[in-house]
Amino acid sequence: MNFVYDRLLGGKNGAIGFAILAALIFLILPLFLDLFRLNLVGKYLTYAFAAVSLVLLWGYGGILSLGQGVFFGLGGYSMAMFLKLEASDPESTKIQSTPGIPDFMDWNQITQLPWFWEPFNSFGFTVVAVLLVPAIFAFIIGYSMFKRRVGGVYFAIITQIIAVILTVLIVGQQGYTGGINGITDLRTLHGWDIRQDSAKYILYFVNAFLLFGVILLCRFILTSKLGRLLLAMKDKEDRVRFSGYDVSNFKIFVFCVSAMISAIGGAMFTLQVGFMSPSFVGIVPSIEMVIFAAVGGRMSLIGAVYGTLLVNYGKTIFSETFPELWLYLMGALFIGVVMYFPNGLAGVWNKHGGKLVGCIKNMQCVSAVKSMLDKKRLAKADVAGK
Amino acid sequence: MSNTDFALAIEDLTVSFDGFKAVDSLNFYLNKDELHVVIGPNGAGKTTVLDLICGKTKSTSGSIKFMNRELTKLAEHQIVHAGVGRKFQTPSIYENLTVYENLEVSYPRGRGVFGSLMFKCDAEVDKRIREVAAEIFLEEMLDMESALLSHGQKQWLEIGMLLIQDPQLLMLDEPVAGMSVKERELTAELLKRICKGRSVLVIEHDMDFVEKIAHKVTVLHQGKILAEGDMKTVQNDPKVIEVYLGH
Repeated sequence: MNFVYDRLLGGKNGAIGFAILAALIFLILPLFLDLFRLNLVGKYLTYAFAAVSLVLLWGYGGILSLGQGVFFGLGGYSMAMFLKLEASDPESTKIQSTPGIPDFMDWNQITQLPWFWEPFNSFGFTVVAVLLVPAIFAFIIGYSMFKRRVGGVYFAIITQIIAVILTVLIVGQQGYTGGINGITDLRTLHGWDIRQDSAKYILYFVNAFLLFGVILLCRFILTSKLGRLLLAMKDKEDRVRFSGYDVSNFKIFVFCVSAMISAIGGAMFTLQVGFMSPSFVGIVPSIEMVIFAAVGGRMSLIGAVYGTLLVNYGKTIFSETFPELWLYLMGALFIGVVMYFPNGLAGVWNKHGGKLVGCIKNMQCVSAVKSMLDKKRLAKADVAGK
Repeated sequence: MSNTDFALAIEDLTVSFDGFKAVDSLNFYLNKDELHVVIGPNGAGKTTVLDLICGKTKSTSGSIKFMNRELTKLAEHQIVHAGVGRKFQTPSIYENLTVYENLEVSYPRGRGVFGSLMFKCDAEVDKRIREVAAEIFLEEMLDMESALLSHGQKQWLEIGMLLIQDPQLLMLDEPVAGMSVKERELTAELLKRICKGRSVLVIEHDMDFVEKIAHKVTVLHQGKILAEGDMKTVQNDPKVIEVYLGH
């Protein structure tokens, strides 16, 4: 019990923050939003996985990855491949020249399901692939970078390039990947229609539960000795190395974990939105994810969720009215946050949150005084009127 | 090279940076239970020798044997596991952690990824942390954020972070730099205490301090040994006087 309360929830303050976020996501939003908006929030919360993974990787590990979209995409594509195969049964694809394969393959004159698509007929394999494909990919990148002591800006640039390469690859190989359109027209999961209203509600809650699970997992990692080692490495990497730790292994580990977390978000994205495309893999989404984490506070797991929700809310509002201005605004927001609020919303809250709570507590007596004054003024006006 | 009784045996060690030999076919031996101080003018290669021993710099040629185990081929963390601890010139502590956490992170258990995930700070670890903290005069400050320590206390903390690993060879690069007179005295006491049961290699400029602690002194000049012996002999060596005063 103590383990859960002190370590995972982070004592009294941590538990309160956790409870407020849970109330918002599990109660308030589902109660007050219509299904369309709730589905939108569900979509944003899938980005929150990536933002949370960046808190772990960038905030604590000091490793800035500008390629989290890669892992988000790998998770999303894995899920999409399964759903697409299910949607492409011979019955519903009988008008194609080769029935039983995804429609985009047929359009690209492919007559046989490629070998790497075969295993995605199994849901069990797909779930494993959602986690392991990104983890293995992250391991390969991490191993080749961190063992050679590539870090900092170089690492950020390389991850960004990988995001570009993967996008180009997906777009270029449209017979195998669906190209620029992505994998679309996904319908059922084991016969369960993911487009119906009840499915959208259920997926929203599954997503929310997974997100909280991931936050708890990150808390577990960050409160362990490994978490303190990450902070130590960020400060004095050499000291950690010469205290007997193989620093690169720790970096590879958090990079893999952060890849898996982003991938869960990607898979949930596919399920809730019903398609996956290269526009969630490249540079722009990857950098957006960094901005979500920065705005929320890169040292705060819960802050990252708020940051994601807030920035996406702003994006929806602004891109409806000034679509061409949004990207500039986003850039300005990022620069502003980094310059003036290096710890994001969470930093502002930690600094001024206590005062705000005090204010709210005082509000009652303020309003009492106010009503008293109002009464007096009324009385005076009365006298003047007479 | 055959096995020896020395704790540390460096033979024919050379490292060259673009042709400049920072350490030039150096032979150096360190006994068990010995506190050995290396002195020498700036650029003599003192810090480079420590870098070579702990694996920070790779040697061009030669051998470093610690307890008859070749170190030149090992990775940095393996050298630490072999029992070599090294303090850096400027205090390298984790400023964003408390004194307690600094020591805890340095505790030699849970050094792998999964080991550190499952590491529990049990009574044994706690006892050891408090023991070491008492030894380095920081027992009252365990919960303090280490960024707030004074410069001298940071130096002690880094020594403590090495002591908690109980290394067989302790290397200290200018341990009293930036310390007050009082702190220097305490540090001299500390070093005398901790050199029991292990070898200690110190680089220092402060001659009074060296005189207080050294069992043996080596003077390094341009990557080579100029003189070796106890403090008196070395101080009266004409070559040493020449190097220190002549230029």
